[in-house]
Amino acid sequence: MSTVSPTAAGAGVRVRRMSPLRKRLDLVGDRVLFGVCLLAALLAGAVIVLVGYQIVHGASAAISEFGFAFVYETTWQPNFGVFGAGSLLFGTAVTSAFALLLGAPIAIAVGLFLTLLAPPGVRGVVGPLVELLAAIPSVILGFWGLLVLGPFVQSEVEPFLHGTLGFLPIFGAPQTTGLSVFTASLILTLMVIPIIASISRDLFQSVPPELQDGAGALGATRWEVVRGVVLPTTSSGVVAACLLGLGRALGEAIAVSQVIGAGSELQSSLFESGDTLASRIALQFPGALTELHKASLFYCGVILLVIGLASNLIAQAIGRRFGYRGATAR
Amino acid sequence: MSEATIPDRAAPLTPSGNLRRRQLVSRAAELAATTAAVIAVAALAIVVYTVVARGAGAIDLDFIFTGYPTGVGPMLLGTLVIALVATLMAMPVGVLIALFLTEYAGSRAAGPLRLTLDLLNGLPSIILGLFVFALLVDHKQQSGFAGAVALAIIELPLIARGSQEVLLLVPRSLREASDALGVARWRSVLTVVLPTALGGIVTATVLAVARAAGETAPLILASSVFDPKQFSVNPFESMPNVPVWIYKLSEEGNPEGFTEAWGMSLLLVSFILFASLGARALLARSKRKLSS
Repeated sequence: MSTVSPTAAGAGVRVRRMSPLRKRLDLVGDRVLFGVCLLAALLAGAVIVLVGYQIVHGASAAISEFGFAFVYETTWQPNFGVFGAGSLLFGTAVTSAFALLLGAPIAIAVGLFLTLLAPPGVRGVVGPLVELLAAIPSVILGFWGLLVLGPFVQSEVEPFLHGTLGFLPIFGAPQTTGLSVFTASLILTLMVIPIIASISRDLFQSVPPELQDGAGALGATRWEVVRGVVLPTTSSGVVAACLLGLGRALGEAIAVSQVIGAGSELQSSLFESGDTLASRIALQFPGALTELHKASLFYCGVILLVIGLASNLIAQAIGRRFGYRGATAR
Repeated sequence: MSEATIPDRAAPLTPSGNLRRRQLVSRAAELAATTAAVIAVAALAIVVYTVVARGAGAIDLDFIFTGYPTGVGPMLLGTLVIALVATLMAMPVGVLIALFLTEYAGSRAAGPLRLTLDLLNGLPSIILGLFVFALLVDHKQQSGFAGAVALAIIELPLIARGSQEVLLLVPRSLREASDALGVARWRSVLTVVLPTALGGIVTATVLAVARAAGETAPLILASSVFDPKQFSVNPFESMPNVPVWIYKLSEEGNPEGFTEAWGMSLLLVSFILFASLGARALLARSKRKLSS
């Protein structure tokens, strides 16, 4: 290294000094790297703010035209310039709630299976496979729903449910196509399962084994250990996981738009067509001609953004408050 | 003691009465959990099987390398370019954020930043589509670049989170050795910490790309009007891409189009499954190596 001057080298043992140039370079380098990293971090925050701003800005025409009534009005007639997201909000709520109702118990059971029941070999295979379900692109899942699941639901599941549980208004008469709120909910169920399953597996693994062994030593059966120890210690985290799954279900646009049948009316039967906020944007935005139509779709985006951010924030708050972090849906 | 409470002497250790019921309940719960796992795996298997069974017939060399109507080459190329541009934008920023989290941020800055990343991760992709439409497409024209920006936002939190996990595994001793030699912080970050974690960062990026490559919602607004015959590598015009083309074919309801869509689905799914399985295996390996 050239940090030792020729004269000093001759003088025997001497401390190697950094040249002033290198010292200055290091000072600058440290600051630059810190600055660039900070900038990147600020960029992430700026993106969120910018997204919020652009969506609200895009919706401004619809917001001033319809005001808050947009949220509950159910008329959506692009030709007459009348828009209301009530039925879409209803469709979003129904599909997501149904997906969560069906998906959460399955996903939690998968989490329990992976942590408590499965032998290590099975665990190593089933765990990644369940997570891979989340990796299937939504457009392919929707395409599959359209061509495979939809017809099956229409010919088998709908008649069966109508026959056995038809006294409930939600299981109305089967329709001619399988494109329905019901099929969309099933597709969403497939999407929320991997998210909730992988988070709840991590949660269950964090339950101290002493507690479980203690319960076992007192004579509790496996189910009683789960009921009495595992679920109570992780319940808040499981709720957070379900909220993250809900956020995923609310915002799914493509797969839902492929299988829900794009109906505009409020229907009590799950077998009728319907529509959600996200899928309406995907279906109508490319063909939207008037500025008001586009602005109304942006308004749907605003509602979606608010609900999505809220469910996410609540999930994070619960997760943080009860010590479970990294509740990231992958 | 009455006669009824005395267990059967012939089999003193068999459960009786309440215990038998409790064990039955427990068995039933185990069975239910196993069934749930079977359902989840079966769902994946059925979807993948359908895609393979219906898509395999459509794929040959022409399908991959020529344009419409004999093949889907332009779509594959477009998706490749869009994903590449997106990754070129997301990877540096993501890694820098990860560096900020591990090297510089105290707990007061790290908390909000992690929350921001989680919120970004939770944004519905259709919202990002609206965002890039308003920012880059409205009053201008659709472009592959606009789609890439949306995909970059999807990749960003995944890359940042993944890289951060790997960076945290870089042994303290390496940093301390570097400090002890009087090496400046930025030099030790660039020459010691990053190279050690490079493998993990790359695999985290591959996982993010696998996730973003199939995203359809943003591209429907950003890059959906294109000529399926035309090969294009110019990201500043609307580019053909696989997800939007599958979506369009699925909406059209034409059987030949369905076969084509299944073929493309197979290509996309196999890329995604191989990339994520491979990256997962590599990530597990490099984490083991770092933490041992």
